[in-house]
Amino acid sequence: MSEYKILIVEDSPTMRQLISFALKRLRGIKIVEANDGVDGLKKLSGDKFDLIFTDINMPIMDGLKLVSLVRNDPGYRETPIVVITTEGAQEDRERALALGANDYITKPIQANRILEVAKALLKIA
Amino acid sequence: MSVDDEKGLHSRGDEFLQIFKKGAEFTQELMRENERLRFRLIELEGVLTNHPEGEGDGSSESMHLRARIADLEKEKEEIITRIKQVEAENQDFANRYLEVEYENNNLANLYIASYQLHSTLDFQEVLQIITEIIINLVGAEEFAVLLLDEKNNELQPAATEGISQADLPKIRLGQGIIGEMAKTGENYFIEDPAGYQRDLGHPMVCIPLKIKEHVIGVIVIYKLLVQKSEFAEVDYELFTLLAGHAATAIFSSKLYSESERKLSTIQGFIDLLTK
Repeated sequence: MSEYKILIVEDSPTMRQLISFALKRLRGIKIVEANDGVDGLKKLSGDKFDLIFTDINMPIMDGLKLVSLVRNDPGYRETPIVVITTEGAQEDRERALALGANDYITKPIQANRILEVAKALLKIA
Repeated sequence: MSVDDEKGLHSRGDEFLQIFKKGAEFTQELMRENERLRFRLIELEGVLTNHPEGEGDGSSESMHLRARIADLEKEKEEIITRIKQVEAENQDFANRYLEVEYENNNLANLYIASYQLHSTLDFQEVLQIITEIIINLVGAEEFAVLLLDEKNNELQPAATEGISQADLPKIRLGQGIIGEMAKTGENYFIEDPAGYQRDLGHPMVCIPLKIKEHVIGVIVIYKLLVQKSEFAEVDYELFTLLAGHAATAIFSSKLYSESERKLSTIQGFIDLLTK
């Protein structure tokens, strides 16, 4: 069975664990966690990922900057990115999508929504 | 009349008689044929009367086929009934699967909240985790964690989100909804969250943080996230979990911080005495 690698970039340990918990229901998934955008970039440079989940509001480097940098990297131009936002932050969401994010999930996050988005972007039936 | 004429007449008379005889024989023959056909007709009518339509020749095969059709019809009805039963069972399983999924998600949320609350002994980190749980799991936008100062029986803000600590009124134990809930240890939920107007003295939710029956503070919520108009069943379970686990996490971390501080002070004295 093929293995998918997913990177979760999120400063909140609670959120990281929530997303990770939901994604672990998919078979053949390997999850790597990063605390912020800079940590996310480090992890991206050392490995190859199939999907990236990133929060928008993070210290050091926010999710919008991360999306922009990832999309400018030839190695990750096609890698799907999902941003995590609040329902009220429509402007951030639109900016993230304009920068190249593929989809978004809103807080409070639902495990079913995470699975639905991951399955669609990884093309898992 | 001459002899020749007489002979000619006799000859023609014989011919006529011959023709007449032949005509009579033909007529009799026709009558016999007619009689035979009438008899045959009566016979066939009799057969038809005794054997209704379809039960003539090959009637046993026809009967067999009819019986087979009836069996197959019955079998078809049974299969249709069974399919309907299976469809109903499938629907039931699908509904139960959704319920189990929902419960599973809720349990995962409760597990994560509990796990995170007890993952540190740092007081500020515990407050941060409580804040994250209320934002990310409950879905609140404006809220505060108030801790009871037992020296003057006042609830003091320890953490806030979406509101300034300075804006919160001073609340004494037993005063208003918040003080009353802190005193009695009971949870308070407003009946109509969608129609709630923010009032810092009267929150939409007030959850006392309790260690057994001892209240150490309260969580008050003033506003939910835009997409959340009401509380789900799991929210009440989360509030119950927060009431207990957040209280012990806060209490433990405060004790730990105090013991660390005392240890540091004692160590300082020891250092002074020994140097």
